[in-house]
Amino acid sequence: MTQSTEPPPLVSFPQNRSCPYHPPAAYDTLRAARPLTRVRLYDGRPAWIVTGRDLARDLLADPRLSTDRTRPGFPVTTPRIAALRDRRPVLLGVDGPRHRAQRRMMIPSFTLKRATELRPWIQEIVDRLLDEMIAHGPPAELVRSFALPVPSMVICALLGVPYDDHEFFEEQSRRLLRGPTAEDTRDARDRLQEYLDALIDRKQREAGEGLLDELIQQRLQEGELDREELTALAMILLIAGHETTANMISLGTYTLLLHPERLAELRADPSLLPAAVEELLRLLSIADGLLRQATEDIEVAGTTIRAGDGVIFSTSVINRDEDVYPDPDTLDWHRPARHHVAFGFGIHQCLGQNLARAELEIALRTLFERLPGLRLAAEPDEIPFKPGDTIQGMLELPVTW
Amino acid sequence: MRMRIDIDKDRCIGAGQCALTAPSVFTQDDEGLSALLPGREDGGGDPMVKEAARACPVGAITVSEED
Repeated sequence: MTQSTEPPPLVSFPQNRSCPYHPPAAYDTLRAARPLTRVRLYDGRPAWIVTGRDLARDLLADPRLSTDRTRPGFPVTTPRIAALRDRRPVLLGVDGPRHRAQRRMMIPSFTLKRATELRPWIQEIVDRLLDEMIAHGPPAELVRSFALPVPSMVICALLGVPYDDHEFFEEQSRRLLRGPTAEDTRDARDRLQEYLDALIDRKQREAGEGLLDELIQQRLQEGELDREELTALAMILLIAGHETTANMISLGTYTLLLHPERLAELRADPSLLPAAVEELLRLLSIADGLLRQATEDIEVAGTTIRAGDGVIFSTSVINRDEDVYPDPDTLDWHRPARHHVAFGFGIHQCLGQNLARAELEIALRTLFERLPGLRLAAEPDEIPFKPGDTIQGMLELPVTW
Repeated sequence: MRMRIDIDKDRCIGAGQCALTAPSVFTQDDEGLSALLPGREDGGGDPMVKEAARACPVGAITVSEED
């Protein structure tokens, strides 16, 4: 008679959070198993999951890990991601010289200097939206009236996409990122592509002002970009430009409202804001699950990641590595929150991070300045938030003042 | 202490982390790539230079100390 020596079943990834700003309790096992362990994905396949901050930085910068999701065996964490594998990706999803060429075309529009220059204009957008929200309330639903329109207006103007179409593309983004089925995701992607194709057609006939117009005139016509790439770039910038920042504004507001002492400190000393934004980025880790695949064997942390293995980076776990961030579950902007991986690391680190920081600082500072009595208009644990298999954030945020 | 700062522009992805971390030393040029501010090529004694190199997501910045 032999005793069973079967190892415990692998933790499944991703899972829903039970508090919107903390990783699921089930990830405690992953947090204890630093810097690397295994998880099971929704399709039953196992994958490596990186949980230590230093190893995460090493591996995210390692050219032996690919983001090319068209590769056979590339790990997918939701059926939606699987549904999008039938098209040639751009930026995130491409490696090597083509990625480099695409990224270099984008960089000048997203530098720190550019983000700083845009601050007064972002401030105007934030002021205008708050004027409207205040005129119509209290109460208000903060996602619809503030958190989503701020980044949506910013990215529209930067790209040269008419904001009048925002209901259409916000709805398609929603379906693409968290629609009920893979078919729904693909349909949303196709509709967005149709819309952007038509927009690019119009811009080719009559140039407007925006990054898309610049790319058409300087890159498409010169043959540095093909039409399919341009449409795909427009889509990734439009979606990434509003969804992620909107989630940080809504979830950041929720988190601050549930930490009244911290919030009072921030109101008393707005110079703490950049550090507060950095700490919120670390703590909330809204893009929780960066996907890679090993292209060759990698010896690491006393084990071997084999060529073809899927490697997942759980940013919520990595950014709470207690060897790097003491008392990691606490919101504390007096700690150096630097070197977190909320924006990723390596060649694919978030292109829009400087713009995101500017938007978050201005949106949060102005919101709490204008509305000193801002508070939740529902029980905190009754406010719906997003499921674990997409970018984290609030679905709604009822507030009053 | 003087420092020698080397930027590998070929490797740079324009994330701007150097300019964010040590704005008295680093900037981004017209192409968005990392560059040293004029007169600050030796780091200007800024204690954040090493942090800036560490913040670079692609390891494009090398800092060495000179006597």
